[in-house]
Amino acid sequence: MNFWANIFSAGVSNGTALLFATMGELLAERAGVLNLGVEGMMLMGAVAAYGTAAATGDAWLGLLAGMLAGGFLSLLHAVVVISLRADQVVSGLALTFLGAGLALVLGEGLASARGVPTLPIYSIPLLDQMPFFGPVFFDNKSVLVFVGYLLIPILWFYIYRTRAGLHLRAVGEYPAAADSLGIDVYALRYFYVLAGGVLAGLAGGAITLSITPGWFSEFTTSGYGWIAIALVIFAQWDPVRAAVGAYLFGSLRRFTLDAQGIQNVFGIANPFFYDRNLQFFLEMLPYALTILALLIGSRAAIRKRLGAPAALGLPFVRGERGTL
Amino acid sequence: MSTTRQRFDFGRYNFILVPFIAGGLALLVGAVIIWLLGANPIEAYIGMVQGALGSPNAIADSLVKAGPLLFVGVGICIAYRGGVINIGGEGQIVIGALATTLVVLTLSGLPSLILIPLALAAGFVGGGFWGGIAGFLKARFKVNEVLSTIMLNAIAVQLMTFLLNGALMDPTSLDNSIRIPQTQRFPLWTDLPRLIPTRLHAGILLGVLIAVLAYILLWHTTIGYRIRAVGFNTVASKYAGINVGRYQILAITLSGALAGLGGAVEVMGVNHRLFTDGSATGFTGNAGFNGIVVALFGALHPLGVIPASFLFGALLTGANTLQRTVQVPGAFVTTLDGLVVIFVVASQIWARRRATRHAMPELPPQDKIVPASTT
Repeated sequence: MNFWANIFSAGVSNGTALLFATMGELLAERAGVLNLGVEGMMLMGAVAAYGTAAATGDAWLGLLAGMLAGGFLSLLHAVVVISLRADQVVSGLALTFLGAGLALVLGEGLASARGVPTLPIYSIPLLDQMPFFGPVFFDNKSVLVFVGYLLIPILWFYIYRTRAGLHLRAVGEYPAAADSLGIDVYALRYFYVLAGGVLAGLAGGAITLSITPGWFSEFTTSGYGWIAIALVIFAQWDPVRAAVGAYLFGSLRRFTLDAQGIQNVFGIANPFFYDRNLQFFLEMLPYALTILALLIGSRAAIRKRLGAPAALGLPFVRGERGTL
Repeated sequence: MSTTRQRFDFGRYNFILVPFIAGGLALLVGAVIIWLLGANPIEAYIGMVQGALGSPNAIADSLVKAGPLLFVGVGICIAYRGGVINIGGEGQIVIGALATTLVVLTLSGLPSLILIPLALAAGFVGGGFWGGIAGFLKARFKVNEVLSTIMLNAIAVQLMTFLLNGALMDPTSLDNSIRIPQTQRFPLWTDLPRLIPTRLHAGILLGVLIAVLAYILLWHTTIGYRIRAVGFNTVASKYAGINVGRYQILAITLSGALAGLGGAVEVMGVNHRLFTDGSATGFTGNAGFNGIVVALFGALHPLGVIPASFLFGALLTGANTLQRTVQVPGAFVTTLDGLVVIFVVASQIWARRRATRHAMPELPPQDKIVPASTT
């Protein structure tokens, strides 16, 4: 495999965890609920998945536990911001603390667990023989990577082409109008916040059981929860753009590692190869580029005056006048 | 009222009540978690209280831990009152401490009477600069400050690690090629004065002074009035002729500056050198995040933050004993943090009902085209 195929192949794997988390946040935000607790839900999912797999010896059971753990935390957020109509930003932060704290407490000693099963890895026959695309997308991939491929068109179709997707968008854009048509705004918001939590938990489980197996305290998720929220803005709440962004960021993570391995770039000495201390600048790159992605996404939102669901971050009070 | 983003704010009557009910509930849920972990919650809490307040040294340690929380917490109040949410305390502490370190190490020949204020000012400016970046991005390009400050945290940590592994590394460590990522010990005359013969240093007094000044700024000056007006209602502020962007930048810059000052005090008062474990927490002890909890607990009022920071300083000190007494990891405190915030923010609905009962005027509608939380 050449240099770039290597990077994008790892990017697709890394990006799968990011993809799940981003899709989850996208669904919640489409329904009008901002959930900043993705990192906390991912950590809970990661530790629950790994711990359950370690205890039962069944990776699938672990994954299920991870999804449940993420979902459980998101329900807390749902109660606080949908039913109690509290500040979504602050509640999301609380979720981050709570998830990280619980994960660290529950994960104590889990780092030394041995023989924990991981999820199966597959290659797709024929497709994996394609030049470049074969190794990048189809060769030796976790089963969850393929689940990710399926999720993208399904979510796109669901959001834009089904009645349920229309209701989802209505609840996020104009809940009062949706309410007047008999759509249960509260129930739908609960459902999509829960779906977001389950997907974040899945993302955490994907990391500990498949992509980089193991539990390494709060660094396990390497800030993917926050990057996922940024990607939703960058993607302008569109699942296909979100997927592209997730895979690109996954690739970037690998690029920062591989870039230190090359001696020369087009005949010019690669400074990152000769001075190890410069690696810290490479490690900044994902975060600096996230800010750049936010900048691009936010500018697009201003220019088009759309993108963000209009009711995002606003509580809905049934029957109150002037409710958006 | 419902078109307003339901901003977190206490009614006048809940200033004292809400934090204590929320704190009590958090401790209660925490007790259940400890119990589920197979430990005795009463034993755990008694151990924490003893660990935090059991001896003069323990009390001094609690106060020392309260220091950075106080600085960050007061800063969070200013930012929040200005409608900006600053999650970048970690990065701002780091950059502030870096700036202080640079000043101390390059100007170490100066007498302490000049050098200490200069070094503290460097921390203030450094943290302010780091916060200001997020403020500028928000005001100019509508970049969500929650996300940009999180990313700036990560960037600050890498910058610190880079400098501590190279330019700023302790020369003796370089000579012996042990290469520990830390600076040399600062000259003795840059140590902040000790208050009593414990680890307690004068920085905490500076923190209290800063809290009082922040209160005066917010409630007794025109600038503070405008910051609060912008935070309360951006549209109305704009129509009143206030440059909204400028005051948002100011609010988060001040917030970052105070976090940076906290970093300066920490490095000059406690550690006397800058060091890193590759993450921010090694140096900051998570003060950048805990400061947010402290600010919420202190009702987002600078004077409320003073007792709140002491309480959480004690909590953090007490948590160190958890592992020893009941084998519960110290990270349990982060869980408690989350619970406190959940309960404080959830209590909003009752604060609001109460406010309505007392016939408070309705809030004017907020800008709802691009909600505050996403801009």
